[in-house]
Amino acid sequence: MSTTNFEPTAEQIKEQRLYADMGMTDAEYELAVEKLGRMPNWTEIGLFSVMWSEHCSYKKSKPVLRKFPTKGPQVLQGPGEGAGIVDIGDEQAVVFKMESHNHPSAIEPYQGAATGVGGIIRDVFSMGARPIAMLNSLRFGELKSARGKYLFEEVVAGIAGYGNCIGIPTVGGEIQFDPCYEGNPLVNAMCVGLIDHKDIQKGVAAGVGNTVMYVGAKTGRDGIHGATFSSEELSEEADEKRSAVQVGDPFMEKLLLEACLEVVKSDALVGIQDMGAAGLTSSSAEMASKAGTGVEMNLDLVPQRETGMSAYEMMLSESQERMLIVVKTGREDEIKAIFEKYDLDAVAVGRVTDDKMLRLLHKGEVVAEVPADALAEDAPVYNMPEAEPAYFAQYQAMENAEPAVTDYKETLSALLQAPTVASKEWVYDQYDYQVRTNTVVAPGSDAAVIRVRGTNKGLAMTTDCNSRYIYLDPTTGGKIAVAEAARNIVATGAKPLAITDCLNFGNPEKPEIFWQIQKSADGISEACLALDAPVIGGNVSMYNERSGEAVYPTPTIGMVGLVEDLAHVTTQDAKNAGDIVYVIGETKTEFGGSELQKLVEGRIFGQAPTIDLAVEAKRQDELLAAIRAGLVASAHDVSEGGVAVALAEKTFDANGLGMNVTLTGSATTALFAETQSRFIVTVSPANKDAFEKIVTDANEIGVVTDDATLTINGETGVLVEGSVEEFRSAWKGAIPCLLKSEA
Amino acid sequence: MKKVKIYVTLKESILDPQGSAVKGSLEKIGYGEVADVRIGKYLEVTIADTDRDVDTIVKEMCEKVLTNTVIENYRYEIEEA
Amino acid sequence: MKFAVLVFPGSNCDVDMYHAIKDELGEEVEYVWHSETSLDGFDGVLVPGGFSYGDYLRCGAMANQSNIMTALKEFAAAGKPVLGVCNGFQILTEAGLLPGALLRNKNLKFMCRTVTLNVENNNTLFTNQYAAGEQIEIPIAHGEGNYYCDEETLASLQANNQIVFTYDNNPNGSLQNIAGIINEQGNVLGMMPHPERAANEIVGGADGLKLFTSIVKQWREQHVNN
Repeated sequence: MSTTNFEPTAEQIKEQRLYADMGMTDAEYELAVEKLGRMPNWTEIGLFSVMWSEHCSYKKSKPVLRKFPTKGPQVLQGPGEGAGIVDIGDEQAVVFKMESHNHPSAIEPYQGAATGVGGIIRDVFSMGARPIAMLNSLRFGELKSARGKYLFEEVVAGIAGYGNCIGIPTVGGEIQFDPCYEGNPLVNAMCVGLIDHKDIQKGVAAGVGNTVMYVGAKTGRDGIHGATFSSEELSEEADEKRSAVQVGDPFMEKLLLEACLEVVKSDALVGIQDMGAAGLTSSSAEMASKAGTGVEMNLDLVPQRETGMSAYEMMLSESQERMLIVVKTGREDEIKAIFEKYDLDAVAVGRVTDDKMLRLLHKGEVVAEVPADALAEDAPVYNMPEAEPAYFAQYQAMENAEPAVTDYKETLSALLQAPTVASKEWVYDQYDYQVRTNTVVAPGSDAAVIRVRGTNKGLAMTTDCNSRYIYLDPTTGGKIAVAEAARNIVATGAKPLAITDCLNFGNPEKPEIFWQIQKSADGISEACLALDAPVIGGNVSMYNERSGEAVYPTPTIGMVGLVEDLAHVTTQDAKNAGDIVYVIGETKTEFGGSELQKLVEGRIFGQAPTIDLAVEAKRQDELLAAIRAGLVASAHDVSEGGVAVALAEKTFDANGLGMNVTLTGSATTALFAETQSRFIVTVSPANKDAFEKIVTDANEIGVVTDDATLTINGETGVLVEGSVEEFRSAWKGAIPCLLKSEA
Repeated sequence: MKKVKIYVTLKESILDPQGSAVKGSLEKIGYGEVADVRIGKYLEVTIADTDRDVDTIVKEMCEKVLTNTVIENYRYEIEEA
Repeated sequence: MKFAVLVFPGSNCDVDMYHAIKDELGEEVEYVWHSETSLDGFDGVLVPGGFSYGDYLRCGAMANQSNIMTALKEFAAAGKPVLGVCNGFQILTEAGLLPGALLRNKNLKFMCRTVTLNVENNNTLFTNQYAAGEQIEIPIAHGEGNYYCDEETLASLQANNQIVFTYDNNPNGSLQNIAGIINEQGNVLGMMPHPERAANEIVGGADGLKLFTSIVKQWREQHVNN
């Protein structure tokens, strides 16, 4: 059906329930009829179906999102715009957001990942900000199948292809591997931008009579119903919906980025918004709704890449690299001239009206006339039923037990080779993490640090989420995800500012899944309050299931922190022989969801590690105070694989240094337990007293050596002893080795 | 209107790592008889009616922009479109 | 001394180059958009890295068709210093200002890392501040940096001492480990590694700065003597 002539009538849509193919329920159809005051035609039902999809309306997740603390003195813009904004002083602010592109990446991993990167970058520069860094949070199967390896390699290539070309450094993120992601990988991209307060833009169609302009790439038939598609489970049937995958053009986006950043300096610009999911529909309806106005567009004027496109197709297309802007009447030519410099189309396609309607004209006829608020604001909100899954009580009833380990050194080596722990150099070697020459801490340490040019400040950034803990205990796991992100930020020498989150879950219509969503949101909220890091935006990705099997609940946390003085920047690598090694925090027998449990038992079960947020906050405050006082040579948080892995990691890029430490208590627990709220730091002997005065929970365990050997002693003698190179090559070679092995 | 089909290939002496990788993959999945793979580019250029000699235009375009004669060869076919 | 940084659609290391000159070197610098036709008033031209025209068709091929390239060729013919880095190097080879071509990396992947370079020729206007045989740490970030030229060209590069930088540990399959070459006249240097990214210790070292101080030193000497 490529022209309006062959489209079903309003009656046919109703009688044949054609709206159901677009993902609408009978009740939603009836609601649309009520809002419209008549039966919607084909174009109109298309508008309703995309705007009321979970992806655009958050109709099933809104009650969850309301839990998040979103305010704080530092927050300039919370959720609701393209991206959130946080003040960093000196009339500057940081803009950031994370978004998922899971479904497109499962179908066409290169383009899916690339367009995910492109979309989140547009969200940031549509606020008027210069994008300064990218991070990615990725989840895959365990790199055992040919398909799994292909997805991993292509997703990485897609991120590299887009990010490198557009010239924004990809500086960090994290990757975890677990069989639950085999059929449904997660691809979450985060973009961080920098803005002067005076340049902050909003996506509003304000000022009746003002001109609506379309800028950027031409519209084609690609990605029609992408938003609806991402609100369904993956299946063989869904694989056939390949047309829902769009192709990215990073070159076009680079031009669009530069042009838009020139345009935001002009006072002729009234509003600007990315045409992301649901393209022209969401941008026009949302801009009108936010401003309390209407928008009328003549679709004949929309730049088109293909011939014979219908209104329905144009409105639902998700062609990439497009923006909708509102410009003061009479000043269109100034704006056009800027886009022309970059060889971009900037076409007046409509105007702002006072009747609060989204009205579309095509070939001389009004083809749709729908209240903008009905599309943008009036989607139904569902309170989904929730039910505690049976496994939860079982796991909670289990005693914490140590997995059986006989050879500690061999176990450490095996943990270092687990893909989640192993070096990600194979990945970040493909990312240009230096372009723009502001990267102070490159990938591979706890958090990346980007300097703010022209100041002595920096921005630390990270993404984190251990979904195994969240699966075992979503409330605790949710707290841990935020706490771990903050630990990474603090270890780098920064104070957490705020978070963005990407809530990746299974089908929310299953009460057990919705329970996971609710509980993890509770945990995240509590930790955000305790650590003073409000949620300033993010997105929700549900239906992450393949053939009925859901991924682990994976609410990824992206956090940004402020480095007040670049002299505070601290990396994880040991610095000088003779420095004292400390573990901050005590170690308990906690193995539920740990790397060791997965390694030894082949599955995860039991209780997630516990976390006391007051203790967490106190330790973070103390460590940051010590770092700012110049007392800490290196700092690293203790996470997957416990103290042994963290110690080893501190030697891998330490120019021939080693460590000799002695741990107390049961060896397996001391080495590999994943107790929370711990750091390993090294401190010069000259700073010993001052450091211990500030950091109250620090336990001295040993010394940095110059012999490139890692020695870990226990109560009964040597537990682990080996050359740094031996461990390093195991850790470094693991992922390339998995990729080369036969499937 | 003329449709010009232009085939751009790497010169014989130039190593083609992409081709070698594809050859390796083909061998792996059971096509041991594959002796060599070379990957090139294929362009379709549609040329509107013109007084200029299409052959000359195409050669010029190929040597000026469409190929780098340091590393690439080209050939082309002109068809009525 | 006044530098021009050429900017093509898709250039993305233009900012890095600009700030290396302005903030680290302390010399004058201006961006010059590709549609400009003149380089009058500039003493040196920097062709930055990035993905001009998206690297579509061939890296540097379409940038070479820009207006500014005519002016650049005249500028080079006048013996004034021209430095092309990464995509800039690719553009200079496409323009015929330097011999050879850059092919895809041997492992077919983009690579971003800091590598050790050998200064093979410190008797150029770009390297006079380095010691002969000095080893320097400079970042690379490219997918097509595998230098190629035919045997005859290689022989002449060697005979004329035109190979300026080589990789200590060849990352991309470059012929003879070539990382950077200079033209016969000695005023046009192309290199894949990014000296502008190594101009400040806080962000990736400062070994690249001497390349820029070399250019300025030579220029000052010439203009004092004249």
